[in-house]
Parts: sequence; structure tokens; C-alpha cells
Amino acid sequence: MNQLTPGVVAGRLGPGDYARNFADIAPRFDAHEARVAADRCYFCHDAPCMTACPTTIDIPLFIRQIATGTPEAAAKTIFSQNILGGMCARVCPTEQLCEEVCVREVAEGKPVEIGRLQRYATDSLMEKGVHPFTRGKPTGKRVAVVGAGPAGLAAAHRLAMKGHEVVIYDARPKAGGLNEYGIASYKAPDGFAQAEVDWLMKIGGIAVEKGKALGQGLTLDRLKAGHDAVVLAIGLRGVNALRAEGEGLANVVDAVDFIAELRQAEDKSKLAIGRDVVVIGGGMTAVDAAVQSRLLGAENVTIVYRRDQSQMSASADEQEHATSVGVRIIHNAAPVRVIGTGAVAEVEFAYTENMPGGLKTTGQTFRLKADQVMKAIGQTLLGAPEGLKIEGGKIAVSGAGRTSVPGVWAAGDCAAGGEDLTVTAVAEGRDAAEDIHASLMGQAG
Amino acid sequence: MADLTTTFIGIKSPNPFWLASAPPTDKEYNVRRAYEAGWGGVVWKTLGSEGPPIVNVNGPRYGAIWGADRRLLGLNNIELITDRPLEVNLREIKQVKRDYRDRALVISLMVPCDEESWKAILKAIEDTEADGVELNFGCPHGMSERGMGSAVGQVPEYIEMVTRWVKQHSRMPCIVKLTPNITDVRKPAEAAKRGGADAVSLINTINSITSVNLDSFAPEPTIDGKGAHGGYCGPAVKPIALSMVSEIARHAETRGLPISGIGGVTTWRDAAEFMALGAGNVQVCTAAMTYGFKIVQEMISGLSQYMDEKGFTATSELVGRAVPNVTDWNQLNLNYVTKAQIDQDLCIKCGRCYAACEDTSHQAIWMKEGRVFEVNDAECVACNLCIDVCPVENCITMRPLAKGEVDPRTGKTVGDYANWTTHPNNPMAQAAE
Repeated sequence: MNQLTPGVVAGRLGPGDYARNFADIAPRFDAHEARVAADRCYFCHDAPCMTACPTTIDIPLFIRQIATGTPEAAAKTIFSQNILGGMCARVCPTEQLCEEVCVREVAEGKPVEIGRLQRYATDSLMEKGVHPFTRGKPTGKRVAVVGAGPAGLAAAHRLAMKGHEVVIYDARPKAGGLNEYGIASYKAPDGFAQAEVDWLMKIGGIAVEKGKALGQGLTLDRLKAGHDAVVLAIGLRGVNALRAEGEGLANVVDAVDFIAELRQAEDKSKLAIGRDVVVIGGGMTAVDAAVQSRLLGAENVTIVYRRDQSQMSASADEQEHATSVGVRIIHNAAPVRVIGTGAVAEVEFAYTENMPGGLKTTGQTFRLKADQVMKAIGQTLLGAPEGLKIEGGKIAVSGAGRTSVPGVWAAGDCAAGGEDLTVTAVAEGRDAAEDIHASLMGQAG
Repeated sequence: MADLTTTFIGIKSPNPFWLASAPPTDKEYNVRRAYEAGWGGVVWKTLGSEGPPIVNVNGPRYGAIWGADRRLLGLNNIELITDRPLEVNLREIKQVKRDYRDRALVISLMVPCDEESWKAILKAIEDTEADGVELNFGCPHGMSERGMGSAVGQVPEYIEMVTRWVKQHSRMPCIVKLTPNITDVRKPAEAAKRGGADAVSLINTINSITSVNLDSFAPEPTIDGKGAHGGYCGPAVKPIALSMVSEIARHAETRGLPISGIGGVTTWRDAAEFMALGAGNVQVCTAAMTYGFKIVQEMISGLSQYMDEKGFTATSELVGRAVPNVTDWNQLNLNYVTKAQIDQDLCIKCGRCYAACEDTSHQAIWMKEGRVFEVNDAECVACNLCIDVCPVENCITMRPLAKGEVDPRTGKTVGDYANWTTHPNNPMAQAAE
């Protein structure tokens, strides 16, 4: 087996290649690197980075705490706003958030490396096994959280910290949601997602019931009846279809499934990958799937996105990373049909252009050789309970995640508003928890 | 390229950069290499009286403070004077001087405070053909406990007495090295002059503890759980040294007394500043100890370029040029009014000027919509803090108000020069003449 072997096969690379390809992409700073990087922070007044952070971490403060040799204190500053600060330090598109508005990025094109500094701080504390918060006095209130992804975990932690009894229900065998089943492997290697969940649970007062989801042993009514409040953090489990002829051919897969399987694989040399892989989509999922296809040994990997580059939701850094590992990105091309007998062999695309009436195909087409096609054209809300108001395909919310049903909150990707980012999910989960706490304890505004 | 040749109290050197009496000048091996690297002169590490050699600690003798990237900002030491036998030093000095006739070689001396001791050491060094002596009245640690070094330098009468002995018993040019660990550096300088010194050199190191180990609760550097204060030097001490040099350069009693400037000289620019404040040459130690002898090449090229740009043909044209502009506070023009102004094109919107002014100064900077920072002239006292904390050079500058302009803060029209001595608020004010 090698890169030129036709078809979808495992073991295209040498044994050492897998470990190298899937190693930590941005290893943690050592103490000296951290101090030098921290020294670049100007400790801005009313810092733009802090405003840009969806969880409003006090970035100048935590960087100063690193600079003075107290990364543990820095970590507490981070975790008090974002309990998943460890994962966010690894997966946040910082170049579109805090680092984009860093005054040094604006002035010299070189931001303070906030993400890596955050990881230095959070790792420093987490590897000591220290949980920096203690649970408040039990309130006797019970809250159900559906979904153990970033939003659910953040909500659960904040609720537990306030003294409430929390039960998290999750459909999958492991907690963590997309932290565990999404996200490119090289961004959070070495079982970080589970270690983070374990560490988060040290707050106490949180029970996790796995294998349970709405419509899968749970109903909203029963949850409401058994708890004082319910948080829905169910993410977007549906996957958009191509709606192109031949979509049903073998080896046409959902990118999210590919990524999840890869994350769970103990031995990556056993993962089958095509020689010619075509990824359709323009977001982070498309990039993660494409890059990892290359890292598994695919010879040719092409991302095809139907709009122009400026509309790709994958950040410029992500796109650059993709091209740096040899992924080709084609813009302005939409799939027309998937061609093959039994399994996919080719995909036909039509070039598109932005017209006043929307995206139109130009009539010109081309074909890409493909023995594997990955669909990454967006996820949709699936399994939302009846009776909830839906808005733009997501659960409608007002204020801090209040749904149209009293006593039910929604947070994360499933809730309307906000970007579908880990950090946004954490912010929404945390804020919903604060709102629930206020309303349960009679301080509702 | 400008001619950097310097003649200091009759001692000629190809450039004004000398290595100070310190570890780098302790032996022939080092001094030869320093000369080869381009140093104009060397003050050989302090010799003591004949007898059993000096003993140093056998644990760490230096401590430091650093910037974030381990840039050494300040160094302290608890090393004593040379711990090598006197005759070895003398033999080496003689040999080196013979091979490097064009370079300055001055011998630093420190012996007990009695005439016989000084007479003896001066006789001992007589035939080395060294160019001069420097009296070490500065070392603040170890030797001072034995009545030498700064113990002498802190008592002007002793300085005068010893200097007089030296001038009596030697024809060599004599530099008196001063300690900064005193209240008024003009007093020991006056004493040196009265005793007949040809020059003073300053500053020696400052009493210091560089840090405290917060686990062992001992000062650094720590010797078996204890620490003693050391002598502080390096870039951090330069402002103190510049001030002391200027005091001697402009003081009526000491004006004109040649000065060898020492204290944190790290670049050509530092050297030029010392010289502008009256130093005829400079002595360097920490910079060489941090980066090696090669740094002198930058000093030479930098000073040459600067002198060319200024049209100076000899270092003497630079020496003392800033002294007339060093004055007492009461001579400063109180009718000189400036206002900070922020260049919006250069501003990176960090808001440090705002935080500093708002929290700790005069609330004279507005933070407007979109992080636009502007100076409120009606509150700005021109303190300069905004400029000092701004990370962007020349982003904030001071605009002097022209005569006749109205200061929006005071409502007063900017007038002619007037200082505190004539100010109406000064109870001691003299009537304007």
C-alpha cells in the first residue's frame, strides 16, 4: 500500500508517518517562550482582545500573570470566564477573534500569541490536576442538561458551581460532544478532550447519563417534570445533503463521520482513505476533513466550495494550513453529479458566479477524479423537541438562551444567534446557567 | 570616518573605549584579546598589597536582573580585587604594555589606608611602564569591611590624604575612582582634586541585592544560604551615573577636572551621552561581560558615524557639550508650555496613555468612540507620562506653545523666560531685574 494505490485503502504511509502527521500541531510553550510571548502584551486599556473574545476572558490580566511567573493564577482568570479554556486555546480561530484585534496585529501584523499563551496557562494548572473552583452550598434544585458538548458542559459546570444538582444526558458513549468527536486530531491529541471533561467534573454535583437523547429515552416533558430547569445543548446532528445525482454511491461520506471516526481511532494506519479525495464545502469541517485526508496519505485532496474565497467560513489561517499540507482549494464550483458504478469514480462540478439574483452556474463544467467524496456542507438541527419555537433552522432564544417554553433554555450550536464556535457555545452555556440560577433563586431580572 | 583618538590626562588611546578595572582585565590573556578586539585602553583589575593573595567566595559571585527575554539589565558582584599574586600581575602588565604601546594601560590599586602601603605598591608598579594609576575607592563589598575601597571613598578626608600620598610618591597620572554610595558625589570629587588627582572616574558599583530567593529566603547570589550585598552595575545604573558625572562636570569646585565615565555603558550612544556630559572617555565592564570583547566594534563604528554626522573631527568636540544645559530646577523656564499631541496615524489604540493619564495623572486624555485617544489641552500639564508609556515611538509628541499663545489649561498667555526664583508664588522670590 502506498499513496498511489487506487481505491479507498488503509496503511498508505509508513508506520512513523502517522505519529508525525497527527502530533500536536502547536505544542505548548515552555516557560521561557511563554514569558517572552507574554512580554509582548501591552496590557491595553479596555483591551480589544477581551471584547473580541465571546467569553470575555480578561486576556491582558492572564498574560500579565504568566509574565510574572504565575500561570496557575492566569489559568484561574481564564477558567472563571471559560471553563473549557483549555480546549478553546487549541481550537479557537484566534486569528478571527482576540488575535485579529490585538493592537500589535493591527500595528505590525504580529499579534500577541494569545491562544498559545492561554494553552500554556490552562495546561499548567490542569496537568497538576487542580480544579480551581469549589461548589457552592447545595440549593436543592435539579437541572437537566441535554448534550455533553461545550455548551452543555459549560452550563453544567456553572450550575454545579452555584450549588445546583446537574444531570447531563448525552447520546454518545463519551462526553465532550464535538470536542471529542469533531475537531482535527492534531489540534487536541493525547486524549485531551476526555481529560478536560474529567477535570471539569471535579467541581462535583454533575452526573452524566450516556446513551440518552431526546427521542431516545428522553422527552422534554419528562425532563421538565423531573427537573427545575432544562438546558438544551443538542448541537446540530443533521448533515446537509448534496442534492446531486449519484450521492448514494459508495465512498460518498459525511465529513463529520470521517472526522469522528478518525478522532476515535487508536491506530490511524488502519483507517482507509482514498487516493483522490474530494471534499465539498467551505467551513472548518471541510478543512479538517481535507487536511486529515492528506495526513492519512491521500495523494490528491481537493476542497471544492461553491462560493468565492471571501465567503468561506474556514479562517484564512485554516485555508493556509490546508494548502500548506498540499490540499487544493477550488472556489466557485458546485457539484452537479457524482459519477461511478457502485462506488464513486468522479465528481462533476459546474462553475458558479455571484449574480444579483444569487449564485448561478455558468454552464461550464469540469470533472475531478474521486475515489472518496466527503460532504461538508453544513449541519442542521435534528431532534429538537416539539413545541419549541424554531427560527432560521435553530431553536429561537431570547436573553440568555431562554426558549419559547418556560423553564427551558438552549445554548450552543442548536440555539439561534452567535457563531457556531466552541467558544461561543461555552459563553452561551455559561450565560444560560447564570440566568437559570438567577431565575431559580428568585433573582430573575 | 571620524578620528576617535583620545588623550585623557596625557594618556593616548586610539579610541575612548576602555575596559574598566574588573574581571575582564584580570590577566594578560584577557587584556591581549581585548586589545586585539579593538579596545582603546584597559584599567587592569585592582592590585592589592604584596602578601597572601586575596580569597574569593567559591560559590556564585554574580547576580543579575533580566528583561523578559533574559536580556541582562543589571549585574551585581561580590568579587574582590585580584586574587592572583602581585608579581604575576606585574610581570604580565609589563609584557602586555610592551606589546601594545599605542593602547592605554592604567593600573587600579587598593591597599590599606596608610602611607607605607601606598608607597610600597607604587614602587612595585614603577617599572611596568603602565600609563597611570586608578585609585579604587569604590568597591562597596568585602574590601570595604577591611577599611579599603568605598570605606575610603565615603570619607572625603581620606580620599584627599591618599591621593596626596600617591601624587607624592609617583609621577604617574592618577585617577581617583569614586563610589556612588554617598549622598553628594561632589564632596569626594572635590577631595580628590584637592589631593592632586589628575582625574576622577565614576561610578563604581552601587550597594545592591539583586533578588531574594523566595524559597530559601536568602538574597541572591546565595552562598550556602546567606548572601551579602554586592556592587550593582550594567544598563540599569546608567541614569544614576550620568547624573553624578554631570554634577562633577558643572560644579564650580570641580569643573574642568577630567572625568572617566563609567556606569552601564553598553552602546556607542551611551558612551556619547557620558562624553557629552563631560566624560573625556568611558570605561566599560558589564557590556563586555555580557557579550564579549567584540562589542567595542559597534561602539567604534557608531561613535564614528555619529561624529561624522555632527561634523565633529575630534572626541574633544563632543566632550562636555551638554554640560551647559544641565542646570538646577530653579533655573527652568516656567513659561515654557507644551501640550501632548497624539498622531492618530501612528496610534495603535492600546490605550496605555489613557490609563496612565486617567488613573495616575491629570485626566487629560479622552477616550472617544472607536478607541480614538485625544489630548484635552485644557487639562494637559505636559507631564510626558503618556509619551513614556506609549509603545510607539514618536506617536505622542510635545508641541511647545509659541510666545503669545494662550494655554487653555491656565488661560494665561505664554510669556518670556521666567523661573522659580522670580515666581510670585515663591516666598523667596527676588524682584525681577
